[in-house]
Amino acid sequence: MTDPSYPDDLRYHEAHDWVRLDGDVATFGITWYAQDTLGEVVFFSPVAVGTKLDRDGDYGELESTKAVSTLVAPMSGEVIEVNEALDGAESSVNDDPYGAGWLVRVRVDDPSQADELMDAEAYQRFVDSL
Amino acid sequence: MSAGTLRRTPLYDRHRMAGARLVPFAGWEMPVQYAGGVIAEHRAVRERCGVFDVSHMGRFDVRGPGALAALQALLSNDLGRIDAGAAQYTLLLDERGCPIDDLIAYRFEGEHFMLVVNAGRAAQDWAWLHDRLGDGVALRDDTAGWAMLAIQGPDVRDLIDLPELAPFHFDRAEVFGIPLLVAATGYTGEPGVEVVVEAARAGELWDRVVAAGVTPAGLGARDTLRLEVCYPLYGNDLGERWTALQAGLGWVCALDAKRFSGSDALLAQRERGGYDRLVAFRMTERAIPRQGMPVAGGGEVTSGTMSPSLGIGIGMAYVPAATAEPGSVLEIDVRGRPARAEVARKPLYRKGAA
Repeated sequence: MTDPSYPDDLRYHEAHDWVRLDGDVATFGITWYAQDTLGEVVFFSPVAVGTKLDRDGDYGELESTKAVSTLVAPMSGEVIEVNEALDGAESSVNDDPYGAGWLVRVRVDDPSQADELMDAEAYQRFVDSL
Repeated sequence: MSAGTLRRTPLYDRHRMAGARLVPFAGWEMPVQYAGGVIAEHRAVRERCGVFDVSHMGRFDVRGPGALAALQALLSNDLGRIDAGAAQYTLLLDERGCPIDDLIAYRFEGEHFMLVVNAGRAAQDWAWLHDRLGDGVALRDDTAGWAMLAIQGPDVRDLIDLPELAPFHFDRAEVFGIPLLVAATGYTGEPGVEVVVEAARAGELWDRVVAAGVTPAGLGARDTLRLEVCYPLYGNDLGERWTALQAGLGWVCALDAKRFSGSDALLAQRERGGYDRLVAFRMTERAIPRQGMPVAGGGEVTSGTMSPSLGIGIGMAYVPAATAEPGSVLEIDVRGRPARAEVARKPLYRKGAA
């Protein structure tokens, strides 16, 4: 397991999902805190490419050896890619939650929605308060 | 149950020091996993060797004149088929033929037995036995004062010097200079032993076993290992809702050899046939089955997991007789989404076939 980290270039949702925004394309994943709480991830069941996501709506499930977690979309948009490489390598979500463990890519409806999410410092404070 | 009332095994401090995540289990504070995680522990047991603290399991000493006859009337399997030094998987059944518990009976010389029962059922077992064993038969709870380790995996005999034992046989032996009762039993589908040790020497034994290269493993791995080889778990796959025949445990019910608690009900059910029964299945779609998920057409998943050895979702379910044959297709309701599975022969995992 890795050490806790919350990269500065990401935005964070209180459901412990992160966003990396590049123009109007966003990558979603779960945070270090989320993977640590969930435990060893063994299964990723995303919505299909083409699915329209609502902000705060669910976009699939991650299942660990101990729990099932619903994935919460930090922003609205359309799924353009899911991380197929996780099939059989789900532990990447634990080992590299901000890299190889990314979950979906989304063409977002409104990039400015990111401004309403927490930055790394605010998310760190939020996690510390839990 | 509040944390203050949980019982701790003699190995509690070892678990804490090894970075275990401890959880309440059947009234005990038990390690569900250590720092390496469930999957690594599972693989260690399948490929090398792992050690589990199973001290929470109930250990009852039953002895005295009439003990054999009394147990023969209460337990489903035929103790007359084993000699002193052998053990037997058996059931304690109510009058309806439903398991109060599943357990292993160890036979000593004379009218002397040890029953190793599930922690979560020990109180019910005790009450049932206490009311029925009869005068002259002494029942004693030896759970406290002793510890029990399960050491399981293909390399067990390369790592630890153990007495030669046929499956389901046991003996007293010194291992690492520590006096033990060593039994060739287990709950993982791997070669191995379960040992009973005095509580005062449990920590020393644990340290020696771990130092020999055996990986500590928790309840999480114990569950995935047993499910791959389709050993039922009381509270999941066994309970007072289903009879022993429904659970597929007719092979431990000596219906043609003796009468026992529940045997009349089982004979009648065997005559009638057509009952729902426990089957093993593997998912043919990407999904993980879990306990309590409904099966379309009637039925219910009682255990489910992602199989670390097979890399697919597997489980067991009670289903109608019509869909109980291997190859039957089941549709499981995975949180509102139907997912297909196929009934398979037990065990789901076989060495070398993965």
